[in-house]
Amino acid sequence: MTTFWIILTACLASAACALVGTWLVLRKQAMLSDAISHAVLPGIAIAFILTASRNTFPMLIGAGAFGLLTVYLTEKLQERGRLMNDASMGIVFTTLFAIGVIIITLFAGSVDLDHECILFGEIGYVPWDLWMFAGMNMGPRPVWILGMVLILNLVFIASCYKELKVYAFDRQLAVSMGIPVAFIHYGLMGTVSFSTIASFESVGAILVVALIIVPPATAYLLTRRLSVMLVLAVGFGVLSSLSGYYLAYITNTSIAGAIAVMTGVFFALALLFSPQEGVFTKRNRKPGTEAFEAGKGNVAGTITADDIPQN
Amino acid sequence: MSELWADFFLLQDPNLRWVLAGTILLGLSAGALGCFAVLRERALVGDAVAHAVLPGVCLAFIVTGDKDPLALLIGSVIFGWISLLVMDFVIRNSKISADTSIGMVLSVFFGLGVVLLTWIQNSGNPNQSGLDAFLFGNAASMLPEDVMLFGFVCVMVIVAIILLYKELKLVSFDPDYAKVIGYPVRRMEMVMATLLVVTITAGLQAVGVVLMASMLIIPAAAARYWTDSLVVMLFIAAGVGAVAAISGTFVSYTAPAMPTGPWMVVSAAVLFGLSFFFAPARGEFQKWRRSGRQQQKVTGENILKTLYKLEERDGLSARSRTRREILKKRQMEPGSLKQGLKRLEKQGMVQHLAGKPAGYLLTAAGREEAERIVRIHRLWELYLTEKLQLPGDHVHDPAESMEHVITPELEQQLMLILNNPVEDPHKKQIPKPVSRSGRRTP
Repeated sequence: MTTFWIILTACLASAACALVGTWLVLRKQAMLSDAISHAVLPGIAIAFILTASRNTFPMLIGAGAFGLLTVYLTEKLQERGRLMNDASMGIVFTTLFAIGVIIITLFAGSVDLDHECILFGEIGYVPWDLWMFAGMNMGPRPVWILGMVLILNLVFIASCYKELKVYAFDRQLAVSMGIPVAFIHYGLMGTVSFSTIASFESVGAILVVALIIVPPATAYLLTRRLSVMLVLAVGFGVLSSLSGYYLAYITNTSIAGAIAVMTGVFFALALLFSPQEGVFTKRNRKPGTEAFEAGKGNVAGTITADDIPQN
Repeated sequence: MSELWADFFLLQDPNLRWVLAGTILLGLSAGALGCFAVLRERALVGDAVAHAVLPGVCLAFIVTGDKDPLALLIGSVIFGWISLLVMDFVIRNSKISADTSIGMVLSVFFGLGVVLLTWIQNSGNPNQSGLDAFLFGNAASMLPEDVMLFGFVCVMVIVAIILLYKELKLVSFDPDYAKVIGYPVRRMEMVMATLLVVTITAGLQAVGVVLMASMLIIPAAAARYWTDSLVVMLFIAAGVGAVAAISGTFVSYTAPAMPTGPWMVVSAAVLFGLSFFFAPARGEFQKWRRSGRQQQKVTGENILKTLYKLEERDGLSARSRTRREILKKRQMEPGSLKQGLKRLEKQGMVQHLAGKPAGYLLTAAGREEAERIVRIHRLWELYLTEKLQLPGDHVHDPAESMEHVITPELEQQLMLILNNPVEDPHKKQIPKPVSRSGRRTP
């Protein structure tokens, strides 16, 4: 039963992360997941100190606020300060993380919280983190929280799918079409924050980054349809969770680390052997053949005239 | 407290001497090297490399079975290198973008490192305790041999920057041009990457994985606000790094529970904040003051123009106007009108009459200035209708903004092009300019 709960938690986390990660990868904002997962530390610490408990909901709120603050500050710095996006992001999240570590150290005596467990997560302890409701054992709490976040992500993507699609590929076009870009943008950033926070309580900050970026990137190499990419990304996330768990079980090592390694293994396979984009597939194509010509357009991911639907 | 200060700055504690030397060297070299990373838009590559060296550290430990600083350094340099090559390979060979590639390498390599770390922990080697200092940094526990090692590394980095300054500069600003004129760009990039990897590895023990990136980014970003010259930027960034190192070490010396690394980062962030707000020319505060001054100039000019137009409407009779009359003619914030009039009075452009009828009157200087603005406005309107064939009802708004920016030289050119015109497209008089001798040209 404990194995079941651990695997279920990992699968829920990977599905929730892959769903939001797809948009970040397409928007070329993948590093935002890294920034958010570190920058929420002060939010968690403050919520923890104020409520004096490990209650998840205040932590979610505190972390969510700091997640959005990171996005906001990064954008402001970039806009006002003539800094590149990556530099402003680096300034914001490392500073917030440092502040978080300092807060935790200040209250070290009264706080049973360390940044180590936030970085690595404690997915192995999930089955014992039970949610008691009205005296009944409802099962592990992370499963409930991750399930809720997953549903939230699904609802957001399903209800704004068309808008998100335009926004992800061409922000200017989205603005000119009258799509509420600010709402979509902060909605997406909000779901990224929630997914990050809900996941890293159980799986750790670094694994969250792996789950958000790597499976969508793997899917990106295998398809050129957005809907297929979403499904594949979730698929690779779940597959990595399952195989990662068994890798950790066999070698008796960290589950979160092993899952991150497995996402990397699947990406490497896709990078080398993807039917359209793979490094080896491209190399083995003979010049002049149909396959070679078909592959040419795909090399740079450019859209050729054939790709544009004729009305 | 003062005793602590004296202890700190007189370097009584031999242990402190080592720690301080180590962190300052780190601040100097990371700050200087970070300039190149930030300018090349590769700020977060440092973050990824810092995470990616973890498997190298673990493997070096597994192979040697000991925490020999040199072995750990070599292991992590090798993995830092591999991580850079993988990042580069993915970007070159697929449609994956740079940020995704960086994030993937960061998380997957770190995941591998965590797997190896737990494997070491479960293997029961008694030497393994303290390996995680690499993750979170523990400057206070630095031993003299650690400091010597990374002091050596930092000196090497600084010497390399000095020797290769010209090449590094060219490659950071314009790699394509460098390639065209025959520079070994690829080799320079490898040198820069090696310097980056070595600095990061050396710094990990002081500030840890997550905060290493900030020691590269923040000083360089702060320095950017003070200068446009790369040499100056390098010195300022190194200085910011060193000051952050001193203050971080000071805090953890006076409050031993406090970690050095996070305080270094927060100090650097404070210095960045000061630069962001108060740097001359580029700081927010200066920008705000400049736009405020521009705003004041525009308001003043609009008031003068309105007073002039009121006179013109009443047949150029010099009569004082109340604020209400001005507001009736031209809509503006009553508050800014009041302040604007006060400023104009101080400049001698208007005269405030207290008696009855109370109000404001243009002085001779004020009238001259008002005429100049109205002249530019009408010249521009005429230019737009005559030379650009714009319809007469489309020219007022552009002229409203141009009247505040056209220089005397441009004004003369306009007069020439339009043959010293008398009337604007709306049949209004264009005020004649006052000649140097103070007499109106006929």
